[in-house]
Amino acid sequence: MLRIPCPHCGARDEVEFTYRGDATVTRPGPDGDVGAFHDYLYLRRNPRGWQVEWWQHNGGCRAFLKVLRHTVTHEVRAVAAATETLEVPGA
Amino acid sequence: MSQRFRLPSGGHVDRSKRLNFTFDGRAYDGHHGDTLAAALLANGVRLVGRSFKYHRPRGILSAGVEEPNALVELRDGARREPNTRATVAELFDGLAATSQNHRGSLAFDWMAVNGLLAPWLGAGFYYKTFMWPASFWERVYEPMIRKAAGLGRASGLPDPDHYESAHAHCDVLVVGAGAAGLAAARAAGATGARVILAEQDFLLGGDLLNEPGLEAWRQESIAALEAMPEVTLLPRTTVFGFYDQGVLGAVERVADHLPQPPAHTARQRYWTIRAKEVVLATGAHERIIAFPGNDRPGVMLAGAARTYARRYGVRAGETAALFATHDAAYDAAFALAEAGTRIAAIIDPRTDSAAMQRAREAGFTVNAGSVVTGTVGGNALRGVEIGAPGSGGRGDAVPADLLMVSGGWNPAVHLASMSGSALAWDEALLAFVPGAASQHERSAGGCRGVNGIAAAAADGAAAGQAAAVAAGFAAAPAMTLPEAPAPDHRPYELWEVKGRGKAFVDIQDDVTADDIRLAHREGYSHIEHAKRYTTHAMGTDQGKVGGLVGAAVLAEAREEPVAKVGLPRFRPYTSPVAWGAIAGGEVGQHFQPVRRTALHGEHEALGAVWMDAGIWKRPAYYPKAGDADAWASVKREARAVRERVGVCDVSTLGKIVVEGPDAATFLDRVYANTFSTLQVGRARYGLMLREDGIVFDDGTTTRLGPDRFFVTTTTAQAGPVMQHLEFHLASAWPDLDVSLASVTDQWAAMSIAGPKAREVVAAVVTGLDVSNEAFPFMAVADCLAAGVPARLFRISFSGELAYEIAMPAGYATQVWRAVLAAGAPHGIEPYGVEALGLLRIEKGHVAGSELNGQTTAQDLGLGRMLKKKGDFIGRVLAQRPGMTDPSRPRLVGLRSADPARQIRAGCHLIVDGRSQGWISSATQSVVDPGWIGLGLLRDGETHIGSVIVAANPLMGEEVPVKVVSPHGYDAENLRVRA
Ligand SMILES: [Zn+2]
Repeated sequence: MLRIPCPHCGARDEVEFTYRGDATVTRPGPDGDVGAFHDYLYLRRNPRGWQVEWWQHNGGCRAFLKVLRHTVTHEVRAVAAATETLEVPGA
Repeated sequence: MSQRFRLPSGGHVDRSKRLNFTFDGRAYDGHHGDTLAAALLANGVRLVGRSFKYHRPRGILSAGVEEPNALVELRDGARREPNTRATVAELFDGLAATSQNHRGSLAFDWMAVNGLLAPWLGAGFYYKTFMWPASFWERVYEPMIRKAAGLGRASGLPDPDHYESAHAHCDVLVVGAGAAGLAAARAAGATGARVILAEQDFLLGGDLLNEPGLEAWRQESIAALEAMPEVTLLPRTTVFGFYDQGVLGAVERVADHLPQPPAHTARQRYWTIRAKEVVLATGAHERIIAFPGNDRPGVMLAGAARTYARRYGVRAGETAALFATHDAAYDAAFALAEAGTRIAAIIDPRTDSAAMQRAREAGFTVNAGSVVTGTVGGNALRGVEIGAPGSGGRGDAVPADLLMVSGGWNPAVHLASMSGSALAWDEALLAFVPGAASQHERSAGGCRGVNGIAAAAADGAAAGQAAAVAAGFAAAPAMTLPEAPAPDHRPYELWEVKGRGKAFVDIQDDVTADDIRLAHREGYSHIEHAKRYTTHAMGTDQGKVGGLVGAAVLAEAREEPVAKVGLPRFRPYTSPVAWGAIAGGEVGQHFQPVRRTALHGEHEALGAVWMDAGIWKRPAYYPKAGDADAWASVKREARAVRERVGVCDVSTLGKIVVEGPDAATFLDRVYANTFSTLQVGRARYGLMLREDGIVFDDGTTTRLGPDRFFVTTTTAQAGPVMQHLEFHLASAWPDLDVSLASVTDQWAAMSIAGPKAREVVAAVVTGLDVSNEAFPFMAVADCLAAGVPARLFRISFSGELAYEIAMPAGYATQVWRAVLAAGAPHGIEPYGVEALGLLRIEKGHVAGSELNGQTTAQDLGLGRMLKKKGDFIGRVLAQRPGMTDPSRPRLVGLRSADPARQIRAGCHLIVDGRSQGWISSATQSVVDPGWIGLGLLRDGETHIGSVIVAANPLMGEEVPVKVVSPHGYDAENLRVRA
């Protein structure tokens, strides 16, 4: 069971959060074609290691947060607001 | 004679307290402090069960959690609990225990004939035998396997006890209260750290309970811990899993040792413990040796026989032999001799050792360089065959009714492995030990291979102090540690004695060394594959006594070291955990929360029949005296709406306020149609797509002000729509200045529908002209309703003239009663979800059954709503060829050709003998009596007017149905706009 430090609410148990997947994909703009939207919706890197991902604190402040989590050890190293950028170690 | 194997003194049982119990209906007695296994052995009961596959007779092998054989049913009636290990079940007065897994009596089991079929029941038997024909699987093979295999029987009755869950936080969690664990907890506790000490046994002490000379130190340690205010002792508590970020799961058997829990006391408690630092002091499990007949009742782990003698004061046999590969095991022979058991022979593959010499001095016959080649006896051991290693033949038999076996000790590394620590091979111990820690944990004592009680205590003290320091506490003075000799427990490498007869590596699952070799020959050579092919180490004991032995047999077959073969991955649970404990309090009415609308009490007073809508309770219909059945009630309510007026609680619809300078832009992007053009004070039907182009949700959205909208969602999608809006605002368009607020619970709402709706609304509402000219279809305005600030919407789901009044939830009752009173002269009827469904199907409105996550806007006849200009979610991917294919199933109306014949949702729609679609919703019509429905039908429009077949193969029904327009009722919307 993970504990995620919400920048607004403090450290909270993962049961308060909803996972929303890879946060490095961005929705194509109005000019995006079928290929761009296909990639946005369906393609994921699925790394073995660090990943920046979306977690919504829906049992708390409801903010969508960016969380830097290791997919093998589940270590949570950093949490940031949706508008911020998290660097992936070694990337 | 009662308890004829009980010693007159010694151990941790209270001989002044006699406890009566039954086993298979026969009466016995034991003492307070006994386990069921100890009490059975005290009474000379050796045969306690039958094996899983071959139904071979089985006896008590161990004295702890690792027990593979002695699985029994405890208690009876609703409290009957199968597969309970007799070796850990505490005896209580009146306990009724039953052996399991046999047909006929335990002593003569008809299914033991499986043993004769053994050549065909080897590894992979299920996979190979039950392959063909496929139709046999369900009807023949599976029932047969279920009857033949399986262990105990569930009671089949509701559990009368309750279970609870608890959360705990601590600085240092110590798992296991043997010498290492007690010392660790004392050392950590002395620093002032918050310490939890969890022990699965009902007594603290572990192997100290077998050492009378160290009893003073055990008691002193317990007293010291009890005196520390920050230390919590949890006996009868099994830590079963080590999870991420220092979370461990444990189950506390609060009342398992009692006939039934005292009032207001849980049977078991499920702990979630979050620890800053963890000390694992879980000890070690002794392992068996695979030799022919190693499963016969009377074969027992050497340490277990010693425990029965020392802790319980019970001799496990009259005449014993010891088969061991290391010196530490010899203590069992000395302990048994001390208890009065004759030691008939010691069998040891080594040539000489210090313990062997001591044994000879004690007068025991020591067979150095020898192995056990087989066992003699039926349901009980009568003799042990001794021979030279590798001879393969049957050796000379020495009479014995107890054979004590030790192939070495496996550190209990389960929790360390689950925490992420990679295991390392210890060449001296011939076992795996924990590697480097990957979480804040450390192992101490026997579970990391430390030998002897004194060394374990010292190791525990160091680990406990280090853990407390790591948690931020200052080291405190240490305790006095116990002193004791430590016989060498490094074994000679002997995993298997090959010979004739079954040599088991997994006694519970009836897996033999030959089965492992067969798995290897057939290509299942990876330990994980061999495990699944043979079921090795898959039982309730998880291979604690034989798992490594099986791996060693596989290693030999692969001609590779055991270290390379490894063990199957350890996963929770280390020991079986009851479902009741996992479910905790979330059973029955507490299984999930219940949501009630503000009008719940009003519906109850009207006698509503309830239905579940997600976790909401909604009135299905309101039966009245004179209604012949539920359909009569539903049709009466629907007819009131069509002919007069009805009122329906629609508070469960999701309600979201969208506010901000960019609110209109935002809604244009999340809805497939346009909202920026909507006038203030007007509502519009909206359609949301998912990004993949499938319809997500629908509802009406109102513009309350230039920058303020009121969005409604379907009841089911209220949560998902809110998340969908929040996600896109955060991830895709953070530049939009918009805020969202869910107000579902704040606003109650009711729909007033029917030709007389305006009269009723006019009587209730003040401050608003509700005439058709002043307040047309899709108008919205604030008003007072029954004197309460409210909002009036002119929207319709039923197809009639209709209004929706929304008001703060706290005032809902007042308004509801005013509406019923104002409607009484017009014959108003409250109507429930069933009538609501009837009316919308008649009108041809889609709902959840049509918005089923597979349909596009075109499929539902809503394709024209998709705006041509501007971006919106789902726009691009909805244009994919598969989504726009004109032959996709399209929404149609359906009418049973014979009004008396029912059609059902879920029926296939058959055209020319082929399924071309399905019925999504069905009901009875009140405007044109008969069964009607909505469906999705391939090339739907081309079939309008024709009769096709609605087939329900499950119920053997084929009903001719006419395909019609879904909008058969008031297609011009004259009634809605009247
Ligand atoms: Zn938060």
